[in-house]
Amino acid sequence: MRMEVTDETLAKAAANGDRESFSFLLTRSYDRLFGLCFRLMGTHPDAQDLTQEICAALPAKLQKYDGKSRFSTWLYRVAVNAAHDKRRKRATYARATDGWGDWEINRIAANEETQDGLDWLTQAMNTLPPELRDTLALTLEDEMTHKQAGDVLGVSEGTISWRMAEVKKKLRALHEQEQTS
Amino acid sequence: MTDDLKHLKDMMTAATPKPAQKADDLALAMKNFDDLQNSRQGSVDEPRLTSDRPTNRSGFTAGVFSMLNSLTTRGTLTVTTSIAALGIGLFFYTQNDLSGFSSNPDQSPEIVKDTALTLPNPAPAKPPAAPTVVAQSGASNTASSNPTLGKIAESGATSGDLMRETSTEVFAAESPMLMAEPAPVTASRKMAPQAATGLSREIAAYDDSMIAPEVPNTEAFANEDSNPVKITSDDPVSTFSIDVDTASYAIMRSSILNGYLPDPQSVRVEEMINYFPYDYPAPMANEAPFKPTITIMPTPWNAGTQLVHIGIQGEMPALDDRPPLNLVFLIDTSGSMNSRDKLPLLIQSFNLMLSQLRPEDEIAIVTYAGSAGMVLEPTKVSDKSRISAALSHLSAGGSTAGQQGLQQAYSVVESMAKDGEIGRIILATDGDFNVGISNPDALKDFIAKKRDTGTYLSVLGFGRGNLDDATMQALAQNGNGQAAYIDTLSEAQKVLVDQLGGALFPIANDVKIQVEFNPTQIAEYRLIGYETRALAREDFNNDAVDAGEIGAGHTVTAIYEITPVGSDAVLNDALRYQTTDAIEGSKELGFLKLRYKTPGADTSQLLSTPITADMNNITDDVKFSVAIAGYGQILRDSKYLNGWSFDDAIAFAVASKGDDAFGYRAEAIKLMRLAKSLDAN
Repeated sequence: MRMEVTDETLAKAAANGDRESFSFLLTRSYDRLFGLCFRLMGTHPDAQDLTQEICAALPAKLQKYDGKSRFSTWLYRVAVNAAHDKRRKRATYARATDGWGDWEINRIAANEETQDGLDWLTQAMNTLPPELRDTLALTLEDEMTHKQAGDVLGVSEGTISWRMAEVKKKLRALHEQEQTS
Repeated sequence: MTDDLKHLKDMMTAATPKPAQKADDLALAMKNFDDLQNSRQGSVDEPRLTSDRPTNRSGFTAGVFSMLNSLTTRGTLTVTTSIAALGIGLFFYTQNDLSGFSSNPDQSPEIVKDTALTLPNPAPAKPPAAPTVVAQSGASNTASSNPTLGKIAESGATSGDLMRETSTEVFAAESPMLMAEPAPVTASRKMAPQAATGLSREIAAYDDSMIAPEVPNTEAFANEDSNPVKITSDDPVSTFSIDVDTASYAIMRSSILNGYLPDPQSVRVEEMINYFPYDYPAPMANEAPFKPTITIMPTPWNAGTQLVHIGIQGEMPALDDRPPLNLVFLIDTSGSMNSRDKLPLLIQSFNLMLSQLRPEDEIAIVTYAGSAGMVLEPTKVSDKSRISAALSHLSAGGSTAGQQGLQQAYSVVESMAKDGEIGRIILATDGDFNVGISNPDALKDFIAKKRDTGTYLSVLGFGRGNLDDATMQALAQNGNGQAAYIDTLSEAQKVLVDQLGGALFPIANDVKIQVEFNPTQIAEYRLIGYETRALAREDFNNDAVDAGEIGAGHTVTAIYEITPVGSDAVLNDALRYQTTDAIEGSKELGFLKLRYKTPGADTSQLLSTPITADMNNITDDVKFSVAIAGYGQILRDSKYLNGWSFDDAIAFAVASKGDDAFGYRAEAIKLMRLAKSLDAN
């Protein structure tokens, strides 16, 4: 006899303080979460950082999970929001760190080396505006419908479909650019 | 276009690296979960990121972690880059075993009951029927793994050897080798050219985690590559800021006493040398507040070179008529401070220091992270019992309260300021610099602005594991203060009692050193240490450029290794197409210039003296500092030592130990012996 406990049931038990439910839920959601973080951030170190931050904040955030949406939808929303925060901080940080001590410059240089190592795939994703990138990162998830992606991002299904058309247009343009250059 | 997206998706799947830190992240999440359950207090929305982990895992979670360790490790070693092959686990349990689920010793039953929303353990979601099997799936569809479930369950009995700890629950962890066969996921690997290197990096990381899975290390050290040998005719001028920090030495000691050689990145040779008090000739009254003494001596590790040893002795002003001090202790009370060598040691250290202060000095205590705000209003040291009581009531714990700790400390110190008094903030932390300003540039500007108002900022580091040495250095350098690392009570005694004057009373600010070598005498030179303190040549005369401070009675030592013209030890060949104009002239080896500002002054003053070959009064102090310089370079794997070993450094140090009234040198020799033994392993 086999039985699958739904994510939502586990999430509610975890929000109410059940340790094992929380552990179990996070363990089985982790890899999907990490994959999404990678698609959102584009580099392995950033994905690791983001995943760690989300894991750290999850116990508290889970208190606010109301069970109205699917757990995965809710978790992806958390991830997308965390990614937005991180990118925003990154932009402020990059602007702000001119002239900060040597150690800081070195660290940034090390980060840039990592950035240089990006393959064209993530570079292609980086050329997309943030909202298209989030949309693409979500829809590349297994079995993620446009409706669910819309739920995560807080926009309508139609918007997602339109954005995906934009993504395709941009990727095609990028592809042609590469062909000609 | 749908095909294109499918293509993109496949590629993305292939490029997605394996989550290398799953166990760590899960442990962190579980810790925060426990924290939240155990202490529903303070602001719970933003739990702070901490590297703490549950100290003991038992029962159910122990099994989960050992399962995950085995899974991800083996999983990495097999060639499964796809997330589809990840995280497939299976565990089942019987009703009899359910009692084992609550066997978390950290979670007191009373506290759980106090929490209104808490459900009884185990969660009602788990049906009582036994045995119950819960299939756990990672990225892959549960359906696709259904056919394998039976096989997995059967194999469960034999995969028990994957568990490192025994537990009352029965687990069946599927070996990833099993999964690798049905999942043809390796085909798209070639799309991600750097995936292979990424994988080997991960394997390396996993190896580490297998050896020491319990040691999270978020330490960050500030260092640069060792200074290279410079050719005097190309680059005759060397400029740097003095450095009176000692943190690097204490970090080295803490590493060695814990049984491992320090990270070469953590070794800053000048801080190791400057850890020791030396008895260089002191300045006379009416002279500059400090006096440089130059010594030329043969290099112990290279017969063909010499050392130029510059020893700077700060004056010891009469402390009896010193102005009153206003001290603000800015203390990190985050949860990670809650270990024996952190907050308790900090409290003991500050208590030691109280005995050195005078009744009219004032102390205030501000905490950040965890408990909130000012815990002690500015209090005269004459009311010592009140200060001690406030210190002893400090406790670590709770989540970040987003205190504007640093701003508050500065405003408190400003409110205490009266004419002629010295204001200083002493920030004590284990590496959590969540002091209220998160933007590094804003933080630097803030500290620099406050520095100009005359308030000093010193940083004391406590504990290992989370130590952010780099930020410590940056804060103290920008705040005109010192960074010291306190690992033992005796170190607290040294920093906060024996050398308190130097730590609290600056005698010269923004001290810069510039040495110009004479190319007709010196072919090559190399500055030992001070890599993180290098200044541009033009910054020497620019009073707007910040540099290091010298405190009362401080000694600062800088050592150059120089190669005389014509020596066998010259490393660089002469150039074929450059004419070498042999200018006959000065026999001086070089020229030393020092710039400093007296405290409170905006313009600097200049001290200068030629370096000549007859400066050869080699004292024990000079020799001992050279022994430490050599030892530090050994720890840094310097390439200039020509095989000079720990034995040589020990012999040199023993021969020059001198009086050693406080026993610091004897301790250093003991550490050198330990380092030698550790190095032999």
